[in-house]
Amino acid sequence: MVASLVPTEDEVMLRDAARGFLQESSPVTAFRANRDAGRTYDPGLWKEMAQMGWTGVLLPEDAGGSEMGHRAAGILSEEMGEVLAASPFISTAVMAATALKGAANDRLAGIASGDAIYALAVDEGPKHAPLRTDLKAEKSGNAFKLSGRKVFVADGGAATRVLVLARTGGTAGEADGLTLFDIDAARAGLTRTAKRTVDERDHAQLDFDNVDATGDDVVGEVDGGMAAIATALNAGQAALSAELLGVSAGAFGMTTGYLKERKQFGRTIGSFQALQHRAAHLFAEIEITASAIANAGRVMDEDPDNAEIAVSIAKARATQTAKLAVSEGVQMHGGIGMTDEFDMGFFMKRARVGAEWLGDYGYHAARVAKARGF
Amino acid sequence: MSSFSDDLDQFRSEVAAFIAEKCPQKLKDMPADQRTVCWGGKRFNFTCDEQRIWMENAASVGLTAPRWPVEYGGAGLNRGQEKIFREEMAKAKAPSPLESFGLWMLGPALLAFGTHEQKLKYLPDITNGRIRWCQGYSEPGAGSDLASVQTRAEDKGDHWVVNGSKIWTSYANHADWIFALVRTDKDAPKHKGISFMLIDMEADGVSTKPIKLISGASPFCETFFDDVTVPKSDEAGNSRIVGELNRGWDVAKHLLTHEREMIGGGGSGAASGVLGGRSLGAFIDTLDEHIMDDPVIRAETMELEIDTLAMGMTLERYKDMAKQGGVGHASAMLKYSGTELNKRRYEILMSITGSEGVEWAGDHGTLAPEWLRTKANSIEGGTSEVMLDILSKRVLELPSS
Repeated sequence: MVASLVPTEDEVMLRDAARGFLQESSPVTAFRANRDAGRTYDPGLWKEMAQMGWTGVLLPEDAGGSEMGHRAAGILSEEMGEVLAASPFISTAVMAATALKGAANDRLAGIASGDAIYALAVDEGPKHAPLRTDLKAEKSGNAFKLSGRKVFVADGGAATRVLVLARTGGTAGEADGLTLFDIDAARAGLTRTAKRTVDERDHAQLDFDNVDATGDDVVGEVDGGMAAIATALNAGQAALSAELLGVSAGAFGMTTGYLKERKQFGRTIGSFQALQHRAAHLFAEIEITASAIANAGRVMDEDPDNAEIAVSIAKARATQTAKLAVSEGVQMHGGIGMTDEFDMGFFMKRARVGAEWLGDYGYHAARVAKARGF
Repeated sequence: MSSFSDDLDQFRSEVAAFIAEKCPQKLKDMPADQRTVCWGGKRFNFTCDEQRIWMENAASVGLTAPRWPVEYGGAGLNRGQEKIFREEMAKAKAPSPLESFGLWMLGPALLAFGTHEQKLKYLPDITNGRIRWCQGYSEPGAGSDLASVQTRAEDKGDHWVVNGSKIWTSYANHADWIFALVRTDKDAPKHKGISFMLIDMEADGVSTKPIKLISGASPFCETFFDDVTVPKSDEAGNSRIVGELNRGWDVAKHLLTHEREMIGGGGSGAASGVLGGRSLGAFIDTLDEHIMDDPVIRAETMELEIDTLAMGMTLERYKDMAKQGGVGHASAMLKYSGTELNKRRYEILMSITGSEGVEWAGDHGTLAPEWLRTKANSIEGGTSEVMLDILSKRVLELPSS
């Protein structure tokens, strides 16, 4: 039975609950306050999310989760996107929870309780490219020594644990010879350097200098790291797409609100057809992307091993739509849209970072094209 | 009462058996093609006798109009049953037994606005394929501004006298009857003086003239009304006007929503046409092997494929939303995005076929005329700009000027 793309009653309730909570606890003004205070995320908010069970959305009940699934994770991500709530949700509750699905329950319980914050350290260059991993994990007996650099590690500053993709064999560009390690973020030899990104969220560069790891730290098989991380990446991409849909909806909502209230030339500017058509086109793009997001969640829940194409359609569409929504948002707001005092810029900056994280438009378009036979 | 079982599993085996027995094998073996569509009507030339037999067999149990009530010639199926019927037809490769503007447009209008007697008179002739209808909406001076129709019907006591002309009347030269918007009150505000009238194409003074498009021959016609007498009611006392006099705009608006959803459906990836159900990738495999080496062509093609797949998901989502209570004016989005996407698709098909694509009838069959024809997609049934107007005013509730 293939589920409908229209939300179920439970999903509508989850969305309403999430929206109510976030509007109360994490409106965009809260993001601004964090930004002004130099906080890349709000630990108190994260604790509350854990208490509400969001961190366990993908975890089984015996690990303290609710196992609501990827569609539900998408709904939560989307709602967070709409109010720009910064949290390690996607890194921890979505990607790590997926990657560690087979791990011991105490590790998963740490995710469910909100005590563990995970970061996924994959990329080493300016573009998402897991296969280009060159960070070495040299084997000595049953142990490994990790050396190299990871960049653009989301939530890398706050993380208590790091999932790091390292090369145990082969050469950069090859899928074989990659191994995924789950290590303590405080391990000796691991240096984390915070990077201030335009979205003001937690991003870090991680330098590994002979960091010790053991066979117990390996997730999945040695040299089988891509298999261990593939579904987690898909899950993260699906959730990030949903977040970007929320970012689009947030920017769009501000924009249509402004069109209905701002007056120029003695008229409400929303009565100008030039602006109406831009807004209506944007509405259409958001609707189409929303379908791709719902589909990605559905396929992740029903057939996660074959979700790559659905996820890539979602991420590609979400990236483009968010870009359109924030640039149209600034344009239709006019000068005020350019001011820091106004929130639109926050949406634009998050959309740009979200566009790059876990694969940009070209990365995902190429995956779709390959899967579709050209 | 439907003659089929309400139990869905039982229904599936009943309808599968019906298709196996009543749809001739020859039809199942025929490739689906514009030229083999069964339109019905008094003057219809069936492609073959089997086409007529399948139409009549299906009509005998109402399956030419699966969802319509049995008393009006339908099969009285519910949504779930209809879906199963379509699935079983696809499985058996059985073609649709009958397609027509009567089924798509007039029937839904009569079901929503007609009297019981009108339904009894007109609907069974549609479902059994006896009468073929065409639609008379647009006029040379009333395109996007549809409500400014000038074709007028003068009240002559027991009859109307109709004068004027309609344009873009698809298949008017093959139709038996026309449902048309005519002005019945020239003094009323333009939306208030229009009626939805049923006119016999055999009546004196009705004539048609085919229109040749940039893509070549077309189903479109001009239809002329020259002092055409339309009785106010037939022998049985049935009015020739659907809905209330001077309230035809309500009926027209209702139908336009239908039409938009149908045209927007073309955005999902064109089962008909040069792709013929093939994926874009499968089509590319038939082309010059270096075509995707061009990075610009490749990028445009990838983007098209993503948007096509996402549009397919959107049609699925909107269909389910429609079942759960409707999508309202947001259907204008399907029309707008679906048609714009289809135009883009054909630009890219022309680009990837290169010089082979510009032949009227070369290796790629009817690609060139199809490409040209798509340019009308964003005009017919309401232009893209009208759709954007509807979205901004009705969905986004932006202020009027």
